[in-house]
Amino acid sequence: MYPAYLEENIHLVEDKRVRRLIEVIPRLGEDEKEALLRGYHPDYIKSSMRKLKVGINKGDATPVELADLLEGNSRIDPDKIDPSSPDYNVDVLVIGCGGAGASAALLAQENGARVLIATKLRLGDANTVGAQAGTQAADRPNDSPAQHYLDTMGGGHFENIPELVEVLVKDAPSAVKWLEKLGVNWDKAPDGSMHELSGGGTSIRRLHSARDYTGLEEMRVLRDELKNRKIDYIEFAPAIERILDDKGQIAGAILLNLETEELIVVRARAIIMTTGGIGRLHIQDFPTTNHYGATADGLVLAYRAGAKLIFIDTMQYHPTGAVFPLQILGQLVTEKVRTLGAQLVNANGEQFIMPLEPRDIVTSAIIRECRERHLGLKTPHGESGVWLDAPMIDVIRGAGTIARELPAMVRQYRRFDIDITREPILVYPTLHYQNGGIKIDTEGATNVPGLFAAGECTGGVHGRNRLIGNSTLELFVFGRRAGRAAARYAKDVKRGNPTLEHVRHWQKELKHAGLAGERPLSPKILPNYARTTRGHTKLEI
Amino acid sequence: MAEQARLIDIYIMGRRCQVPEGLTILTALEYSGYRMVRGCGCRAGFCGACATIFNFLHDPQLRYDLACQKTVEPDMCLVQIPYFPARKATYDLEKTKADAEKIKTLYPDIVKCFGCNTCTKTCPQELEVMWFMTDALRGDIKAVAEKSFDCVMCGLCAARCPQGLVPYNVALLCRRLYGRYLSPNSAHLDQRIAEIESGKFDAEIEELKKADKKTLRQKYTGRDIEPAHDQAWE
Ligand SMILES: Cc1cc2nc3c(=O)[nH]c(=O)nc-3n(C[C@H](O)[C@H](O)[C@H](O)COP(=O)(O)OP(=O)(O)OC[C@H]3O[C@@H](n4cnc5c(N)ncnc54)[C@H](O)[C@@H]3O)c2cc1C
Ligand code: FES
Repeated sequence: MYPAYLEENIHLVEDKRVRRLIEVIPRLGEDEKEALLRGYHPDYIKSSMRKLKVGINKGDATPVELADLLEGNSRIDPDKIDPSSPDYNVDVLVIGCGGAGASAALLAQENGARVLIATKLRLGDANTVGAQAGTQAADRPNDSPAQHYLDTMGGGHFENIPELVEVLVKDAPSAVKWLEKLGVNWDKAPDGSMHELSGGGTSIRRLHSARDYTGLEEMRVLRDELKNRKIDYIEFAPAIERILDDKGQIAGAILLNLETEELIVVRARAIIMTTGGIGRLHIQDFPTTNHYGATADGLVLAYRAGAKLIFIDTMQYHPTGAVFPLQILGQLVTEKVRTLGAQLVNANGEQFIMPLEPRDIVTSAIIRECRERHLGLKTPHGESGVWLDAPMIDVIRGAGTIARELPAMVRQYRRFDIDITREPILVYPTLHYQNGGIKIDTEGATNVPGLFAAGECTGGVHGRNRLIGNSTLELFVFGRRAGRAAARYAKDVKRGNPTLEHVRHWQKELKHAGLAGERPLSPKILPNYARTTRGHTKLEI
Repeated sequence: MAEQARLIDIYIMGRRCQVPEGLTILTALEYSGYRMVRGCGCRAGFCGACATIFNFLHDPQLRYDLACQKTVEPDMCLVQIPYFPARKATYDLEKTKADAEKIKTLYPDIVKCFGCNTCTKTCPQELEVMWFMTDALRGDIKAVAEKSFDCVMCGLCAARCPQGLVPYNVALLCRRLYGRYLSPNSAHLDQRIAEIESGKFDAEIEELKKADKKTLRQKYTGRDIEPAHDQAWE
């Protein structure tokens, strides 16, 4: 339920609906977009970034929260661990199990590798389950992979790596088919044609969805398949350090049992990093849509092993995070709401941006509306936001559309006595996605021999801004490629002697740069939201 | 933020804690000093990691919900379920037939359902669990797929079933069978895959890959935009 002063404002929103029904807000020109980004996008706040002082990306700027961890101290003492007596010995170790990890594990096994998955929380507790809107693939007759290519490049400000985008768009239809063969239920018409929607920055409708539970549907099927194929996995066992060999190749990883706090040594011929995103670092104090384990661990581990990172100065702030009620602050209000026809509206009941511009543009426009034009609304807890006029969907598409297409959203708001078929939603940008990450080639290989990566922890495919539906797509495209390539690599590699020398070297480098004492331990593993009561210190037991 | 809010008493595994009203069960646990390891995933109602049981000091009736979605109420007594050992049948989907017999072979126990409806009453997603279990028994795979679609697999139904059934895994089997064998085939998808394999789009993409930024930008701004709204809506 909204407080009275917001209810009052909702009447204004309702009064202007008729006018907004026929109103067309033009798309912005490239120059206008550029100005909007420079003026208001959080990435452009200079003081929020810092240049890295150590490692292969030395000199590159990245948000301070990430910089701290990339320059962090190792959690292990190399003198106390013998990397040559492992607890597990496998061909391919997959680190992290969202959509990318699951796809990679399945394909690595299919290609003859002995596979182990190590994941931080439960199998499938990942950003993937939160994906609501859908997965892109250019499969309708009036669409083409070339069109998908152009949309993706434009969304990424033309800085995407062309070879990666080519693979993304060409593999997309077969990825959708692969999932269906595994039993994913896509939304379809009775004649079998896919029910596809458009999204921010897509020129043609090509989002494949499964109600607004798309990622959940993809993930629960893949997880089930991992279990059917009896692929080994260890839950609550994040990787905290990498093992290399004396030839500089990947030789395994050290895991931490989160419950017993024991270390687990895994020997592996190849590793696939699929650790996902960064949201729980709360860059610039933004709330986030990400799951509990999204703390950039993969970037840290890869970086320390010498892997090159790219586009680490660009984060995606999803334009529509919930700001009311407080219980769901920062949680995603899926782009599908705008895709279906909901408009963004200010305190005067007026639109201020075409709702389906690419995400970074819409985000900047909302920040401008609240910060500069003071046309946002304040919640009782002091957050600002603008209206997302959801009821417009039923006005445009007929009663019942919202209930059918957005059951998760309806359910979520109903818990707080807000009926989104009748009332608008208050939103403000929320930290959503890490556009950059570990640099890979079309097979998911990195510059470190034996280290592969796929999914949100990688960079290049999306350039400086990811389009809706291209991320879940990327998981299946590059996850599968990395799985296949890692299995092949593991067959051929001539192994050296495992060592943790690189950790000693890293610590020396930190000391040399004067950072060792200043930086935290990394990777972060989990955020700490536990309130320490009344300042009492905690006792180690 | 919530410092000014009214404080209420809740009981976490029996221990009394005061927390500001308006928190979710999950944030109330954190407010009380617990750092979550198990029992916390998406924090948004999608992953089912945070299954919770609670009742009230003066009302022993057990209730069930997702800790990340449910707001705390005064005198709530709560505990999370970190893990529940539920059975999952393993099968090769490619060799599995989409019929009633198969479901019964993989989950023979489903015939033991005596219709107590506890599963339905337990489901935090408010799904008609018992009805889709009846559908499963009849072999109506499509009905199970539709009715169970919003399942987040929190496992509460299995934890509460007096007969030890695992509705959420039975439903997953049915949805996978439906997606693989019963949903109508998408001819346009197959056709596009064949076109891509035959190299139909290679030249066009190659040209785009070679284009300089300026040309790309021109093509991008000049591209046609398909209207989002006038789609053939059923
Ligand atoms: C709420 C939400 C909605 C979204 N909606 C869409 C959408 O509609 N369409 C779309 O295309 N994209 C969407 N995205 C983005 C997309 O879902 C994610 O980018 C994508 O799922 C990431 O998949 P992943 O496999 O790379 O990582 P994740 O799915 O996040 O999986 C990473 C895994 O690694 C584990 N892990 C992390 N660190 C370690 C460690 N040190 N050791 C071991 N394991 C570790 C994690 O626990 C997790 O299991 C959405 C994202 C969110 C959060
Ligand atoms: S934490 Fe995922 S449903 Fe509650």
